[in-house]
Amino acid sequence: MKITGLLLMPAGWFIVLAALVLLRAVLAQNLFVAAGMGVEILGLVLFTRAHLVAKRGNE
Amino acid sequence: MSPQSPPAMSEVSQALCILFILLIPLALAGLALINTGLSRLRSAAHSMMAALCVVAVAAAAYFITGFAWQGYPGLASHTLSIFGKEWSWLGAGHFFLRGVPLDGSPASLAALSQLLSVGLAALIPLGAAAERWRLRACCLSTALLAGVTYPLFAHWVWGGGWLARLGANYGLGQGFLDAGGSSTIQAVGGLTALSLVWLLGPRRGKYNLEGMPAALPGHNTVLVLFGCLLALVGWMGLNSAGSLLFAGVPPGRTVLVAVNTLLSAAGAVLAAAATTRYSFGKPDASLSANGWVCGLVASSAGCAFIPPAAALLIGLVAGALVTYTVAWMEVHLALDDPAGAVSVHALGGIWGILAVGLFSRAAAVGASAANPGMMQSGQMLAQVVGVATLLGFVLPFTYSLNWLLNRFFPQRIPPEEERQGADLYELGAGAYPEFMTHTDEFSQW
Repeated sequence: MKITGLLLMPAGWFIVLAALVLLRAVLAQNLFVAAGMGVEILGLVLFTRAHLVAKRGNE
Repeated sequence: MSPQSPPAMSEVSQALCILFILLIPLALAGLALINTGLSRLRSAAHSMMAALCVVAVAAAAYFITGFAWQGYPGLASHTLSIFGKEWSWLGAGHFFLRGVPLDGSPASLAALSQLLSVGLAALIPLGAAAERWRLRACCLSTALLAGVTYPLFAHWVWGGGWLARLGANYGLGQGFLDAGGSSTIQAVGGLTALSLVWLLGPRRGKYNLEGMPAALPGHNTVLVLFGCLLALVGWMGLNSAGSLLFAGVPPGRTVLVAVNTLLSAAGAVLAAAATTRYSFGKPDASLSANGWVCGLVASSAGCAFIPPAAALLIGLVAGALVTYTVAWMEVHLALDDPAGAVSVHALGGIWGILAVGLFSRAAAVGASAANPGMMQSGQMLAQVVGVATLLGFVLPFTYSLNWLLNRFFPQRIPPEEERQGADLYELGAGAYPEFMTHTDEFSQW
């Protein structure tokens, strides 16, 4: 879960960069940037949960 | 090639800039005092000693590789050509500041200001990892931050890199804007702090077996509050120097910068005091101090581009944000962050970045404003791309670097030595040798 979260964060960033480079329509660009941010936040949530699980396991 | 010409600076601007840069050490002193006051008695000397070491290592690492990789608009940089657009991703200067004439030119002033700013960024993780971070590990981690992570991101924002060029290349407002360092200094430092809190884990005795946090209050509230006042002066210098150097504002605009910095801090401390008064029945001094610093942090990005009323509003939001997120992170995310650095610097920095998109005025950022609505939405998108870069690149990158470091040099003080306190374990003496250690400090173990 930790590695998945760690990889999802740059994956979301690449979606944001791809939206800038490939898309010209403002609406599509905004939607893809929002989607990329969503993927990053999902990665952050997974990564945080992985740390919580690991901490409870240590207890 | 040079992807962007440097901002023109008059002699008045240069003289003012030197003056403002010389105020920045007060921000470092303020943050060091805040970190020390919020740590317990048994680690007070260690906290201050670590602050000195971190500032020293940050300056040395930045001198060796940092400025070469950060660069400045007009200096050489490595670029990629993607679909016909130039993406400048790394400075291509010489190590050891070779080739930078230290004569008052804009590039030399940028180097001087960054030698100090990188120390400020490096002090942020120190507050989050207080009482359990080895001195050697502080220094090694700081070398990575100041020598690699900070200059890389700062090149993208302040060195004429691809984030700064989002406006010219893709029509996103004026490109990513951050005059005083909400992203480059504060958010980068705050995300490094988050990485270290994850890697080091909580202090012994912070959480009981049910996972509920115990209150481990700092040892000196007066130091914390005095640090806040020092930080205000330092931040005025930081924001004003950054606005002259990286946003190219005229010298007269530094009045607006100082007013906005003060109003944002004022709004934040009032909001923090009011929300803690509402929550606990009395205003909380340490959370109000966190609110003050969060207001300063949030003011940095937009200080030269927003009206004073917006600065006050930004501060009010920052103050409320920090009081709730500090407690929420401690209880629900099990993040033991004695100085509240993640909330104050990472979240406060991100709020400051987004606030530029919300409140900046077209005329203030130098746009022609033929279509202010379009300019505003493009500016907001540029700011969001900056935040995405912080979360999608900087956080995983700085976590990975510190994880690798932890594999070779364990960063945490051993448990038994942590019980004695970092002062005795690492320095051999406490901060206040004439005081006996209170027995109740040991009763919780």
